[in-house]
This record gives sequence, C-alpha cells and structure tokens, in this order.
Amino acid sequence: MSAMVDEPPLLSVRGLGKRYGAQLGCRDIGFDLWPGEVLGVVGESGSGKTTVLDCLSGRVAADGGRVAYAKADGTVVDVLRLDEAARRRLLRTEWGVVHQHARDGLRMGVSAGANVGERLMALGARHYGRVRGRALDWLARVEIGEDRIDDLPETFSGGMQQRLQIARNLVTEPRLVLMDEPTGGLDVSVQARLLDLLRGLVEDLGLSAVIVTHDLAVARLLAHRLLVMRGGEVVESGLTDQVLDDPQHPYAQLLVSSVLQP
Amino acid sequence: MTTRYNFAYLDEQTKRMIRRAVLKAVAVPGYQVPFGSREMPLSYGWGTGGVQVTASVIGPDDVLKVIDQGADDTTNAVSIRRFFARTTGVATTTSTEAATLIQTRHRIPETPLREGQILVLQVPIPEPLRWLEPREAETRKMHALEEYGVMYVRLYEDITRHGKVAQTYEYPVMVDGRYLMRPSPIPKFDNPKLDRSPALLLFGAGREKRIYAIPPWTRVKSLDFDDHPFEVEHWDRACDLCGAQGAFLDELIVDDKGGRLFICSDTDYCARRRPAGEPGPGA
Repeated sequence: MSAMVDEPPLLSVRGLGKRYGAQLGCRDIGFDLWPGEVLGVVGESGSGKTTVLDCLSGRVAADGGRVAYAKADGTVVDVLRLDEAARRRLLRTEWGVVHQHARDGLRMGVSAGANVGERLMALGARHYGRVRGRALDWLARVEIGEDRIDDLPETFSGGMQQRLQIARNLVTEPRLVLMDEPTGGLDVSVQARLLDLLRGLVEDLGLSAVIVTHDLAVARLLAHRLLVMRGGEVVESGLTDQVLDDPQHPYAQLLVSSVLQP
Repeated sequence: MTTRYNFAYLDEQTKRMIRRAVLKAVAVPGYQVPFGSREMPLSYGWGTGGVQVTASVIGPDDVLKVIDQGADDTTNAVSIRRFFARTTGVATTTSTEAATLIQTRHRIPETPLREGQILVLQVPIPEPLRWLEPREAETRKMHALEEYGVMYVRLYEDITRHGKVAQTYEYPVMVDGRYLMRPSPIPKFDNPKLDRSPALLLFGAGREKRIYAIPPWTRVKSLDFDDHPFEVEHWDRACDLCGAQGAFLDELIVDDKGGRLFICSDTDYCARRRPAGEPGPGA
C-alpha cells in the first residue's frame, strides 16, 4: 500500500448520518478508502452497518454528510449530491453492489448468462456472441460450469447464486464494490471457497471494496482495515489485525471475545 | 341522427386537451404523453384510445378508413366506422389510397402510405418495459435516463432459448434514437413500415391514458443484436385469393378435413388485386 500514498483516497466519507424517524440508522460516519483497499464494517445486527452501505449506494437517502468519490477520469464527485442520472450511471459503470440475498441482486427469471450480460448490454454491447463470450468467461472465473450458462438462477445453490451475483457485478470491471454480508446464509465450506474466490478477484483486479459483515472471520480474511460499529456509530477503527488482536473499545473487546472457537 | 352529438362525439374542450397531448407527442417522438382519457361508448380494449385520437384530429373534409386485423369488414371496424359516420358525417372508404385518416388495430396497410395521411393505432399496453419492470415510476425513470439494457436482456434470453428473438408482434423499437417504444400489437412484419413513414403515426391507449406519436420521416429502428439482425416473417407461398407475394398472410381453415387457405390479412389490398368479384386461384 505504501506505493500509493500520493494518490487521493478513492472514497472519502465524512459526517454521514441517517435517521429513520425517531430511530437512529447511523451517525457521523467517517472513513477513507484507498485504491486497492478492502474495508470491513463489522458489528452486531442493528448496529447500522447496512444503513451505511445503503447510504453509499444511494439505496436509501442519507440525511447529511459527504461522500467524495474520485472517478476514473480523476474528478472528485460528492455521491450524495449527484443527480439521479449520474448516480445511476456510476452504479452501472464504476461501482458494483453485491446484496446479502442473491435474489435482490439477480434477475431470477432469466438465465445466468443474461444476468451476467445485463450490465454489458446496459452499457451498449450489441453483439450477442460477444456478450455470451464475456458471460462464459466470467462464469468460469467464479467457478460456475459453462454448461450452466442457460440455466435459471433459481436452479442454483445459494453459494452459486452468490457467485453469479459477483460475476454480474464484476463483468464491467468496476473500481469499487459494496458488499453486504456476501457470505451470509452459506455453510462454512461454501463460505471458505467464496472467500478464496473473493480474495483472488480483489487481488487480480485491484478492486476496492467495502464489505459489511457480522462475521469476524470473514473480516479477518478479506479486509485490510476495519470499522467496528455499535448503535449507529463507529466505536473503533484500524488495521484488521490490530482491531481483532488488540481491541481497545469495550464493545470491540466484547465482540472479539464473543467469537466461538471450534 | 335522432340524438344530436357534438361533431365527432367528444366535446370541444376534450378535443383540445387531446390535441395538446398529440402535439406534445409529435414534438417528442416515441415519448408517452399522459392525457385525460374519457369514457367512450365502447369498452376498454376495443379501441377507446384510438377513437379519442381520431375524434380529436378528424375534420369535415376527412375520408375515414377503419381496419381491424387488416380487414375493413370485421365487427370492430364496421362499428367504429359507423360511429364516426353518424357523429361527423364524413365520407368513409375501404380504400387505403383514398383515405386521409385511417384508424387501425393490428396492421399497417400493405399499400404504402403517403404524405398527408394520418394513421391512428389503437394501443392496449403502451409501456414497452411493462413486463420487465412492474413499477410505473421506475419505468418512467428508465425512459428519462435511457436505461434500456433490460430490454436487451429479454432479447438475449429469447435468442438463448429459441435461437432467435421470439417476439412476433409489438416488437420493441427505438424512435429517433431516443425513446424505446411499443408499436401496439402490429406484427413485426409491419415494423419496417414505421421507419421513415411519410404518414403521421399516432398511438392512443385509452385505458392506460397515454398518447404517443411517430412524426413523418422519423427514424424507427427495431431492436436487435449485430450478429442477430432484425428479420420479418415470410411465407413460402402466395395469397390463395390474389396471388400476392410478400404480403402478410392469415391462415384460414375452410372445412373439417384439414383444408386451409392462406390469404392476405389486408382485405382492401387483396380485393384490389383481383378482377372485380372473382375468387382467386386457390378458392
């Protein structure tokens, strides 16, 4: 990472907040994400992790704050103040969103190939053979057999659906991927393979990612740095090893000590 | 005429409102303009949208032709033609060439249209993205932002499953390179006639309360892939009545022994190609 110190952060978040009526979603969230870096957001259920992610992706409107994103062309935009057209274009091109439930991120009624090809076609690909070729290529990269390209996602296992969702997002080579519990609901051996795959992809593509998870093992494997959230606020942040091996905040200590050791 | 209706049934204020929608539709080709659709003396699905558009643009000097499924003599065509004959007193015709205003369902006449003519199409479902995206607010946004990738997903899926695009009617088109449009339920056979049409094409959807238009000489492109270009259906035979090659044919079962005829769906075109009153070779 040291070679990249002159570069501006890819994403710089300051004072991000969201209330759902009287209920606090998150408050005063701030962090920087550097190119090629994976940031983990950990905390128990209801701590505001997903709200942070949803505010970043625009799925829910933040009440206030600033999300500065350095685009591929070098300009810096405040994502929260982009007009909707520009925001949606950003989400289709430079960003990817992997949902916790694959059904939220996939089109269940069309084949795996069409799912992977959608972003390409949305960006103007008009050659069936080439779209299909790219889809095949990406299915192979996420370890889905090429004989499954014409099958509906419904016929896929949970792990395969999750991998399909990843392929569908990465096919246009985004620079930033937001992931919400990518391994949620998968059994441990499937989780392990998905984590391997994600680690490989992040390294190969130089992706930056924000990964929300309640699973500290996932965070340790994938994330370079961690934010620990509780009650809608960040209570601790730092390098992954540092946070997990030497937590300072009482809640972070509790969280780390709550992990079951097999 | 025992009861006195206003000219063309609708009151003048309503006609003005619809004309404003039509003008806007012409100004923004392919864009669906909302309008205050009225109750008409026929049920939804029978052409309430088309009838309102026709009633708003028809004048005393117009010559009206009404087609249903290509035919001038089917129930709906006869009823709508008689409706306007009674409420306007305009001349009616079955001849495509003689008509200045044509209201149609399902077909664009085989006889090429000319400049100055208006073709009014009845539209059941105006929204091309309807079965792909259920939310109306979202489809409007998709039109506004030109997010039409999902339509290609559908074409992709068709080619994957059937080896070709399986959509044979209301085949989606791009109007003037900007708006995705559902060309009412005309067969895709008629899609090429939309492109740079000399006549003004108006589309009216009564139940869905939308009007859209293709002004004369507008570019209209049927969606396709570079390696799977758009194609129209073709028949290996000629019309059994008039011998026309390359017209849109209907299959007609004529007895209980499997006998069948293939005849032009455009009755006016077919009749004009035959010597008066004579049945064709196949009949």
